Amino acid sequence: MITISHLRKTYGRTVAVDEVSLEVAEGEVLGILGPNGAGKTTTVECVAGLRTPDSGTVRVAGLDPRADRAALTRLLGVQLQESRLQPKITVEEALRLWSALYDDPLPWRGLVERLGLEDRVRSKFRDLSGGQQQRLSIALALVGRPRAVILDELSTGLDPRARRDAWQIVRDLSADGVTVLLVTHAMEEAHQLCDRIAIIDAGRVRALDTPDALIAGASAATVTSFAVEDTVDLESLRQLGSVSGVRTDAGRIVVEGSDGAALDVLADLARQRLAPTGLRVVDGTLDTAYLQLTDGIHAHTPEEQPA
Amino acid sequence: MSTATTTPTSRRTNGATAAVVRTEATLFARELGSLFWILLFPTLLLAVIGLVPDFQEANPSLGGQRIIDLYVSVVVVLAMIMAAIVAMPPVIAGYRESGVLRRLRTTPMHPAALLGAQVGLHAVAVLASVVLALATARVLYDVALPGHLGWYAVALVLGTASAFSIGAVITAVSASTRVVQTVGTIVFFPMMFTSGVWMPVQTMEGWLRQTVVSTPLGAASEALNDALQGTAPALVDLAVMGGWTVVLGFVAVRLFRWE
Repeated sequence: MITISHLRKTYGRTVAVDEVSLEVAEGEVLGILGPNGAGKTTTVECVAGLRTPDSGTVRVAGLDPRADRAALTRLLGVQLQESRLQPKITVEEALRLWSALYDDPLPWRGLVERLGLEDRVRSKFRDLSGGQQQRLSIALALVGRPRAVILDELSTGLDPRARRDAWQIVRDLSADGVTVLLVTHAMEEAHQLCDRIAIIDAGRVRALDTPDALIAGASAATVTSFAVEDTVDLESLRQLGSVSGVRTDAGRIVVEGSDGAALDVLADLARQRLAPTGLRVVDGTLDTAYLQLTDGIHAHTPEEQPA
Repeated sequence: MSTATTTPTSRRTNGATAAVVRTEATLFARELGSLFWILLFPTLLLAVIGLVPDFQEANPSLGGQRIIDLYVSVVVVLAMIMAAIVAMPPVIAGYRESGVLRRLRTTPMHPAALLGAQVGLHAVAVLASVVLALATARVLYDVALPGHLGWYAVALVLGTASAFSIGAVITAVSASTRVVQTVGTIVFFPMMFTSGVWMPVQTMEGWLRQTVVSTPLGAASEALNDALQGTAPALVDLAVMGGWTVVLGFVAVRLFRWE
């Protein structure tokens, strides 16, 4: 559905996107994850036809976003980061206007309900909270019954309930066979919604896989923690091939490692004649995979919001 | 967008354009400040100026016209200034700055439709203001209605077009809404002067007059006054307005950025 191949885009001397290639199948939800300035937004803006790539090609359902703009805009819905509307336009007026732009729009009242904006229909855009503006923006991206949707920073500014609603909308889109390109900072969101995740940093794709595979591939695929009465030989644990890190945290010993690490740890404790109490083995998180793939290249602050 | 070819696409485009115009008209109606300065202020100014007794005396050095007669054309140009130079540039710059134009680029509608709607609506407001000013002048101060309606319309269209081309350049050269407002204010006062607000163009003499009539709004003031009296405007006045419009319009189109 969406094909990006060898995409490159520079702003002056800064290389924003460097040789990015991605393939998004019809009905797939592909997450694009990465620190600020990694090139995520530039990539999706090239897909949306808002920017002209320096080199490489982008195709959406076979269409060139720049040359086939008229056809592209009819099948691609776009929710842009930091995009506002006319300050005095009401929610209803905005939705009616957007409905008039498409051949077969969704009934906008249904969208208003799905996004929880029923009691703000007559409110002006500037009087909406950030989260409500965001929800309206999502509604506008969907009103034209798009076959593919770009959602840039979908849940930024949304409270937990609105975030769940937005997630449900993405799941519904996916169930309807709509292709979704989801740009996000939020690991949990990516893990919950995406079929595959591309981790982009410094303009390049660092990893592209399913969320579970990304986690399994990280050095901290599982986290084993326990407490013991006696002193433990931590060095012995560190020597284990499957263990990548050992630390003590609030009286508990925390061991990070690959998939088989938990069994190795238990065997080693048995050799040391120690009985662990309160043993817990949990999956690693996407955070670890993400930090490993994006760390060490630059000092990034992924939580920081764009100014 | 001819109505004869009703392919689904062109019907849709017409419907979409109509929706954009309708929405922008609703939003324009909420801008009470702009509406006051464009629609009412020129006429109020005319009414106040007419209260000066001397201004209602026929003046032989002005070919028998009264000062109040001259001010009718001045306030018409003032309406153009208020709409095209004061009111509209901040709206367009705001749309650009907040990403409205950018957002519209991701829909089947070209953002130029939004700019077109804004120009059209402000032009309609100018026309309404002109009608109000002419009617008020007629009722309060017995100023004759335009003696030659055709020439009056030509002068009006060219004057309005040149005023919008000035506003377009202001919008195009300014990076932000704040800069637009600052540049707009700087341009506002010389434009007011050339329109003749402080001293009608016809009362100016020598090099001052030569300079002022070579500006678009000075020429507009002269051409409107000629057509008001029923004579054809000087060709040079029309050429000055048309020339400025073409040059400024070209500059604005070249420099304008959608984001």
